[in-house]
Amino acid sequence: MTDQFLFGVEVVLNGLMAGVLYALVALGFVLIFKASGIFNYAQGVMALFAALTLVGIMEGQVPFAHLINAIFGTEIHHFGWHVPALAAILLTMVLMVFFAWAVNHFVMRHLVNQEPIILFMATIGLAYFLEGVGDLMWGSEIKKLDVGLPQGASFWIEENTAFLGSENFFGFFIDQLDIVATLVAAVLVVALVAFAQYTKQGRAMRAVADDHQAALSVGISLNFIWVLVWSLAGFVALVAGIMWGAKSGVQFSLSLIALKALPVLMLGGFTSIPGAIVGGLIIGVGEKLFEFTIGPMIGGATENWFAYVLALLFLVFRPQGLFGEKIIERV
Amino acid sequence: MKKRLATMAVAAVMAASPVLADLVFPSLSYRTGPYAAGGIPFADGYADYFTLLNERDGGIGGVMTRVIECETGYNTEKGVECYEATKGEGSLVYQPLSTGITYQLIPKVEADGIPLHTMGYGRTSAANGKVFNNVFNYPANYWDGASIAIKHLLDENGGDLSGKKISLVYHNSAYGKEPIRTLEELSSKHGYELTTIAVDHPGQEQKSQWLQIRRERPDYVIMWGWGVMNQVAIQEAANIRFPMENFIGVWWSGSENDVIPAGEAANGYKSLNMHNIGTDYPIYADLQQYVIDAGKAAGAGDQVGTVLYNRGFYAAMLAAEAAKEAQRIHGEAEITPAMMRDGMAALEMTEERMAGLGMPNFGPAFSVSCENHGGSGQGKIQQWDASAQQWNIITDWIDSDKEVIQPLIMEDSEAFAAENNITPACADS
Repeated sequence: MTDQFLFGVEVVLNGLMAGVLYALVALGFVLIFKASGIFNYAQGVMALFAALTLVGIMEGQVPFAHLINAIFGTEIHHFGWHVPALAAILLTMVLMVFFAWAVNHFVMRHLVNQEPIILFMATIGLAYFLEGVGDLMWGSEIKKLDVGLPQGASFWIEENTAFLGSENFFGFFIDQLDIVATLVAAVLVVALVAFAQYTKQGRAMRAVADDHQAALSVGISLNFIWVLVWSLAGFVALVAGIMWGAKSGVQFSLSLIALKALPVLMLGGFTSIPGAIVGGLIIGVGEKLFEFTIGPMIGGATENWFAYVLALLFLVFRPQGLFGEKIIERV
Repeated sequence: MKKRLATMAVAAVMAASPVLADLVFPSLSYRTGPYAAGGIPFADGYADYFTLLNERDGGIGGVMTRVIECETGYNTEKGVECYEATKGEGSLVYQPLSTGITYQLIPKVEADGIPLHTMGYGRTSAANGKVFNNVFNYPANYWDGASIAIKHLLDENGGDLSGKKISLVYHNSAYGKEPIRTLEELSSKHGYELTTIAVDHPGQEQKSQWLQIRRERPDYVIMWGWGVMNQVAIQEAANIRFPMENFIGVWWSGSENDVIPAGEAANGYKSLNMHNIGTDYPIYADLQQYVIDAGKAAGAGDQVGTVLYNRGFYAAMLAAEAAKEAQRIHGEAEITPAMMRDGMAALEMTEERMAGLGMPNFGPAFSVSCENHGGSGQGKIQQWDASAQQWNIITDWIDSDKEVIQPLIMEDSEAFAAENNITPACADS
């Protein structure tokens, strides 16, 4: 096999892995949109907030320390303990559930039956609010996130594939973190699909997604379902925050990962959990292959815009996305 | 009754009058948003230096200083709004810490006659003071930075880079593209092969770029990044096991923020710097006493001595020294922006002067003139020690290659002058 072909295969493999990371972000959007018809602009900030909270808890940081110190003239920053990663993840999840409750209690339940654009605007406000609270609570500095995930090239894969090409081919590069992310995403999707299909709450969630009023008429609590859905989206945001935060450190640009999820949603559809995964994979592979083949001829840095072009091309033929529900309105 | 009315009238007039007694130094800061981690320490250092002058010396030349902070969020439109909102306060010099904002402010400051200082960023050809009367970019600019990086590599390779492969990984913006022309010129001169690799904003995902580097195996990688792009690039370089000592970032890719997230993997990474690092300077004792311990620090006081804090501190020191120069030239304590420009254009930073300020060898010695707003163009190389969690300076001041850079500055600035109908000449004092 020629080295160029092998390099192409390597690009495809890495594109698939990158796609999984995009899909992790897109999943949160899908969950909320599916159950409530809300495009949650705050999903990226939720990932940031979850990751900030996780690091803060792990490092024993005092929340709102700057504010407390400014008001009371104290000098407190840390509790002086370190919390193990697993316990910190659980505590963060508790906070995300509380956040879900607060979003529903203070915002969403007051906007029932409002136009989708109003709900969308509310999530924009929520995003800015959450970003501000995150800053006030945990500070703006970049934090290292270490929950014990492996990083760097997999030596085993490199060594066992190097023989495929010439001396200029060094074996396939696969980041161990990407492998972990892929496994986590697979488990997450299976769990979410199983939850939606086989549990009482999952079926209730689907019922609400189909028709709010019909669901209410059979005794399903809309409040409970929305808290549940926002909690699940919070959990997905936490997973995405961990994976992306492990790469770049936890910092405020983490919220921009939402930009990577948009073409995935356009392509995979806003209402399909498997669609988010497949959309992510197509976008990941598509943008990486384009950058590999065409990028050098046109100056590179094609990935951001090409993802959207690819998604738009799909939209022309399937406006509802690959797995989205076909919209048929009879008059 | 008349007396009361007269008192009220005097009070009203006093309240309505502008406060003339302050020397105003606006700080277009960004403490929020994706680039806050870089903006906060710079803004803290900038503000703390002026607080120190007020608390210890009673200001500059007997006039208190006032820092007006305006949050830009590193957003160009907000930066321009901040400029418009603060210029009427008697602002003496703007330092926006953003190349995007700088480009928007250049025509405005030229029209308003307010100096703009873009230390190590902004429009490189602004070093030609005859075209850009009110814009200064001392002590060094981007093209100096590119040249300093190549000079360091020349030193490491016995003065010969022929046949070497160098990749530039750059932020795909006006800022990131700045060094390309210089590196191309230097490539012709020194015989190395240059590859340029663009990274789109914000740079959270760089897998393609680093796979390309892994395929092409350059001998050295130079980085022109900012914000999250830096952290991801350093992590990706570690992932492909690129030798960190062969990876050099510009001075905006060389703060603690950039290396700490990668942990041990960042060990050995190098970057440029235009000033010294750490807190081992007499002035920091004063800072502790008059500002930090007195509870008057701009931030929590936990950024003191970091690379970007020192940069803000240094930027403020240069502004304060230029203000002193302006006071000396014009014999007036309460200076105007035009006087400030004269002070900046006549600034001479000698080693004695820095030592006298309690900042010996903090920055390079340089002098500014009407023609040269760019200073000496010197820089140092620093290297990250991950186990000690600190940067170490590993070279002395390195001169940039003026033979290559000066013609580029003249070419670009003269083109700008022609486009904007500017007749190159020194500003009237």
